[in-house]
Amino acid sequence: MQTEYETADAPQVPGGHPARLSARGITLGYGAEPIICDLSLDIPTAELTAIVGPNGCGKSTLLKAFARVLPVSGGGVIELDGRPVHETPTREVAKKLALLPQGPIAPEGLTVRELVSQGRFPYQSLVRQWSREDARAVTEAMAAANVTDLADRRVSELSGGQRQRCWIAMVLAQETDLLLLDEPTTFLDLKVQVELMTLLRDVAHDQGRTLVVVMHELNVAAAFADSLVMMRDGSITAQGPVDHVFTAENLDQVFGLDAAVLNDPESGRPVCVPRVSLRPDIAAQ
Amino acid sequence: MTTAPASAPSPAFTLARGGGAVIALGTLALAFAWHIAVGAKTIPLGAVFTALFRYDPQVFDHVVIRDLRLPRAIFGVLVGAALSTAGALMQGVTRNPLAEPGLLGLLSGASFAVVMAVGVFDLAAPAWLPLIAAVGALGAASVVWLIAISAPGGATPLTLILSGAAVTAFLAALISIANLIDEDSFESLRVWLTGTLAGRPVEVMLWTLPWLAAGLILSLTVARQVTALAMGDETATGLGVDVTRLKTLVLIAVVALTASAVSIAGPMGFVGLVVPHVVRLIAGYDYRVIVPLSAILGATFLLLADIAARLVLAPVEVSTGIVTALLGAPFFVWLIRARL
Repeated sequence: MQTEYETADAPQVPGGHPARLSARGITLGYGAEPIICDLSLDIPTAELTAIVGPNGCGKSTLLKAFARVLPVSGGGVIELDGRPVHETPTREVAKKLALLPQGPIAPEGLTVRELVSQGRFPYQSLVRQWSREDARAVTEAMAAANVTDLADRRVSELSGGQRQRCWIAMVLAQETDLLLLDEPTTFLDLKVQVELMTLLRDVAHDQGRTLVVVMHELNVAAAFADSLVMMRDGSITAQGPVDHVFTAENLDQVFGLDAAVLNDPESGRPVCVPRVSLRPDIAAQ
Repeated sequence: MTTAPASAPSPAFTLARGGGAVIALGTLALAFAWHIAVGAKTIPLGAVFTALFRYDPQVFDHVVIRDLRLPRAIFGVLVGAALSTAGALMQGVTRNPLAEPGLLGLLSGASFAVVMAVGVFDLAAPAWLPLIAAVGALGAASVVWLIAISAPGGATPLTLILSGAAVTAFLAALISIANLIDEDSFESLRVWLTGTLAGRPVEVMLWTLPWLAAGLILSLTVARQVTALAMGDETATGLGVDVTRLKTLVLIAVVALTASAVSIAGPMGFVGLVVPHVVRLIAGYDYRVIVPLSAILGATFLLLADIAARLVLAPVEVSTGIVTALLGAPFFVWLIRARL
């Protein structure tokens, strides 16, 4: 899958998979200045896509619209498997598309296993209660997110990184082909960010699921994502495979960041290094 | 409903839950019998059971039990169950530990509407009471919510409590004015306005039963979704909960439950605050357990409060609502210190 980046010029649908989730000309927000204006985007299937952009660029808003948390207020449509997501019964969407929002709340006293079990919500009803199938999905999700050892601990007593892995296990237990994650790595230290992104990349590559992650850390995004979407002022500035999009030019245009983009000799992944202006007296030495 | 496991059920887990249900119902049955035994004349528990299961109209104690004490105990069960269930749902949906019908103004709204209907418009037919109370509760809830969202910072637990207090005080003032203008028609309502299980006609209870049943069934039906909503609106949406629809259904259930409680017993404060918190300490996070257990423990709590109301200053009887407030207010203070 890695070699496909070089083959085509910014292919939206690598590997020939048709996009299952797309935005077509959507406008979000009210009044004269919409947050997102006439945006179209196809989410590459079976890949990890990272959406990056400066604060207030509308990246979380876009993700919420994809997850049907926000209505498409100003026109356009978001399609999941060819059907408008906002008009599809929400339970049906929840079997295909999972969302991990920013700052989810774990009710007091909830254990890890109980939290992960909540991911089975769309498969249960008043008449259809807990099944063997649900138990299997929860066990697998906890194993994949490496929280099996924590199963009987209370979520409230875990560290930030452990807690985030539990929430990821919950959305994995939902067994959807598509997962949307809103800033899952924010406020976590670098080691934990790397662990989480490794987990998410493996979910995409090993299980063939489609992941969309909104995030801040540019180098972490470049190291783990297959595709990048760069947003600024409510529209998409650049999108495509990381190697094509993660350029000094784009970083300057989107973030106003003066940085050199190098290649990590080990992974071949691009890395940005901000240019530091040295004080003349130090530079002279 | 209580036996439905929320997550991977182990045999011990199911057993614990079944055992818990048996203990809760057993406690309620004991409180019910004790409640009937207590009164101006204490009737032995044995005689209480005989009167309930082998009624003899020739025995004076049996008549007292059937005509006076049994209805009052049933009122207690219904009112306690209604208010606690309403409180549990409100706390779950708003994620506000201080949410309950009294503190958010629903009790005052309902009682104000009833006072106006009975005292001013002379509309005392029991059939109308629950509807009038429901309109009042819904109106007050809307006003409280509108005040809270227009405050700086929006509808936080604190702004909701403050606007609930303001609306309650305002409605209390209006009731006092109406009372001063026409003392005679309000005489009968004065005790009712402090929250009481005494002397209410059985007919009122019968007319509130459909409202109560609808409220309880609706509460049990939405309980599973309330559990998901407790993790946040966005998480719940992601899991397939229609959040707007759920909140509307919960509002309907809460209004119906509050209206039936107020129709029977007047504004009985703090029951909906105390009981769900105790239930959550015992039973955890799953509203499929919290809702029915709140109903059962709420009924038990109100029966015990009513026993205290009759015993503490005997032979003088205190209003039950005064007892629930005496127990609930310190709990409220503790909650603010511990949870906000």
